[in-house]
Amino acid sequence: MEKYTLVVNGKKHQIETESDMPLLWVLRDILSMKGTKFGCGQALCGSCTVLLDDEAIRSCAYPISEVGDQSITTIEGLSKDGNHPLQKAWVDHVVPQCGYCQTGQIMNAAALLKRNSNPSESEIESAMAGNICRCGTYNRIKEAIITASKSY
Amino acid sequence: MMPKFPFLKTKDPENKSKVFVPSRRDFLKLSSLATGGFILGVNFQCSGPKGELITFAPNVFITIDSDNLVTIIAHRSEMGTGIRTSLPMIVADELGADWSKVKIVQAEGDEEKYGDQNTDGSYSVRMFYEPMRKAGATARHMLITAAAAKWGIAASECHTEDAQVVSSGGKKIKFGDLVEQLKTMEMPDPETVTLKDFSSYKLIGKDVAIYDAHDMAKGEAKFGADIDLPGMQIAVIRRCPVVGGKVKSFNDEKALAVPGVNRVVKIEGAGIPPGLDKPLEGVAVIADNTWAAMKGRDVLEIEWDLGENQNYSSAKQLEEMLKSTSGNGQVRRERGNFNTAQQASGQIIERTYVAPFYAHATMEPPAAIAHVHGDGTCEIWAPTQHPQWARQAVAQALEMDYQNVKMNITLLGGGFGRKSKPDFVVEAALLSKAAKAPVRVQWTREDDLHHDFYHAQSAQRIRAVLDKNGNLSGWNHHTVFPAIGATANSAEIHPSDGELGLGCIDFPYEVPNIRIETHESKAHTRIGWLRSVSNIHHSFAINCMLDEIAEAKGVDPVDFVFNLLAEDKDLDFAGELKGDFGNYGEPLDKFPWNTRRLRGVIEKVAQEANWKKALTDGKSVGFAVHKSFLTYVACIVQVEKGSNGQIIIPEVHYAVDCGIGVNTDRIRSQFEGGAQFATSLVMTSAITFENGRVQQNNFDGYQVIRMPQSPKKIHVHIVDSMEKPTGVGEPPVPPFIPALCNAIYKLTGERIYQLPFKS
Repeated sequence: MEKYTLVVNGKKHQIETESDMPLLWVLRDILSMKGTKFGCGQALCGSCTVLLDDEAIRSCAYPISEVGDQSITTIEGLSKDGNHPLQKAWVDHVVPQCGYCQTGQIMNAAALLKRNSNPSESEIESAMAGNICRCGTYNRIKEAIITASKSY
Repeated sequence: MMPKFPFLKTKDPENKSKVFVPSRRDFLKLSSLATGGFILGVNFQCSGPKGELITFAPNVFITIDSDNLVTIIAHRSEMGTGIRTSLPMIVADELGADWSKVKIVQAEGDEEKYGDQNTDGSYSVRMFYEPMRKAGATARHMLITAAAAKWGIAASECHTEDAQVVSSGGKKIKFGDLVEQLKTMEMPDPETVTLKDFSSYKLIGKDVAIYDAHDMAKGEAKFGADIDLPGMQIAVIRRCPVVGGKVKSFNDEKALAVPGVNRVVKIEGAGIPPGLDKPLEGVAVIADNTWAAMKGRDVLEIEWDLGENQNYSSAKQLEEMLKSTSGNGQVRRERGNFNTAQQASGQIIERTYVAPFYAHATMEPPAAIAHVHGDGTCEIWAPTQHPQWARQAVAQALEMDYQNVKMNITLLGGGFGRKSKPDFVVEAALLSKAAKAPVRVQWTREDDLHHDFYHAQSAQRIRAVLDKNGNLSGWNHHTVFPAIGATANSAEIHPSDGELGLGCIDFPYEVPNIRIETHESKAHTRIGWLRSVSNIHHSFAINCMLDEIAEAKGVDPVDFVFNLLAEDKDLDFAGELKGDFGNYGEPLDKFPWNTRRLRGVIEKVAQEANWKKALTDGKSVGFAVHKSFLTYVACIVQVEKGSNGQIIIPEVHYAVDCGIGVNTDRIRSQFEGGAQFATSLVMTSAITFENGRVQQNNFDGYQVIRMPQSPKKIHVHIVDSMEKPTGVGEPPVPPFIPALCNAIYKLTGERIYQLPFKS
């Protein structure tokens, strides 16, 4: 067991765990933050996406020992009261069907808008290619990102 | 598709619903909702899976509290269709509630309280549209009567809106202020209560956003694995890689040495047949957290007795299946005499079609939480499509009365039929009992793909006979695939009547000689049902074949199919079927198989997609039409080549006739998603077996489409209809598959006879 200090959504947490535990399970099992989802465990589907500083990472395949002093943002910390432009656009376009992958989609889109506040459709497509939605909400996701980018 | 279900009761031929005021004591007994307000319950009847009428206990409760809060219980499982919104909104609209303030509470799984909760077969809206309206209308009627009495005016001078009764003279009173009066009132006969005129609905027939959208966007929506219980342990299971195999011996020393691992428990499987509601044989590692359980599982040492499926190869079986279709099979439908037609033929076109096993791959892998208490009771939290089956299966596994099992339903992170089966819920219950603690069973993606209840691989052969005048005079369709029934009964080696009723036996076209035959194939894995079930492969074969026949005749495929329906009529297939035609559980007089409606969607899609112009412009467009789950759907898909030569799908048009469109936004979303789902079936996904084992491990092997490959613009044209509403969860999938294949043929010149097609 190792000791780690994590900054999650601006708040410090002292954690004692195995060094190879992926960040996903630290968030879900230890910190009881359930907004970040488990989908594949191999960084193949994007359901577990969180931000490490401003970069989107797949927390299911990212060991806690690699986090260091980078700050973590999860869906719970993306905004106060769910009023991030992406979250508002997600509701306006009624993007979710089952909703399971959507927090990962939103976090991945948040990273995209941080580095490109006005992405084209094809830039959105390639940036979001790592996030699977089995319900098939891709077009609404795309529209919501475009809407959000206008008020970003 | 539904399994036989012990709770289904048959009685009373009158197909009537009943709305009632339950006694307070009964209500509290029935519901975990504490309220001082007014309560209305509804029970009603509808058709069961075999067309029988079923009477249900109260399915829905409306409560109105003195603080004006209207609460509606959602008794169906939410897996992405929006049903948790679309049924309560029907009640709210009739009632005149303020939709923005209505609270929706998810029902627990309980047949006595809520009746049928099996969320499957695209039938929730079909079954519950009328009863939900009557419930809302009854409550509205009572509120109006109470307010009119208070004001000393006629009830006809009052209406409801925004959770108030409003008089024509401008008086207003909140629902909540009438609660005490309602409690003492007699309930009117719900059969005589007048429903609102359709044109006055504010929600029904409109775009209504889903209730959970905000929670989902904020990460607050609760799915199966999101419930935390104090002292909860996490279990990850190594299941036998071959269905039917058994644990010969295992060594848990290394697993127990992993920090955080607490115990290792063997789970007994059913063997062969594996069963639809039983766990597979395996060894579970139970730990303080998921990661420790996964690591513990990795180092388990298990010696398996792999059993009779250990040499199973799906490719080899597919070859045998395909070969069998050239012989004589079991005739399941016969019209005229196909042999005579064949002898008098001008041309025979014979083609074969094969499709693979598919996995559901719901984004949320199966997970369930169980807490077996020392006092002989148990509480479950599970993302299940079929709460009562899960409850029954858990009770059976724990040798407990089902009434001692409390079944809480979370949101489902996708269902598609996978989460009808309660095997994973039973695992949680067994392991909680063994661990004497609350346990969450967590499936990994590998578990999900290796141990699914798969959509069966299929082989089909269609012989089409054109007579000397070039008319389609004979249709001989051979279909073979391991049956769902074989998962519970190994003796089932032919597709069932139910499976043939999914888009094969009800071939609706005016062909004088038809013969439909099935062949034998055994199941060597667990077969289940996947979004639209056998319609997937049947629609693929039939519609690709029709396209090819049209080409052979040198006619437009849309015109060809339209004209092949001949005159408008209701089909009954009388005298032609060797078995039953299920009609998705509905009697044909109530839900006729109507060729006019099929023609209607063909006309509409051709017009909306500007089909003729697309053809003359040289666009690669494909067409198909298919009725499933009582909903009529036609589809036109356009494809083109991308910059790297890959196939892209710029545009899709759907025309859908699902009767009254209840929540039009969710109808569109189901079609948008259905097109994406079907694209994966055509382009990327397949499960294969070698040595009895699934060869795909994760989303690298079992691929599903991602945003860059997904259809870009999906137009959904809903036919304006006042027919009874029918479901839309599954019907988008079947016609899309062949429409895409036919479009790809236009683009590449190559016909697709085998799915998936990899460009």
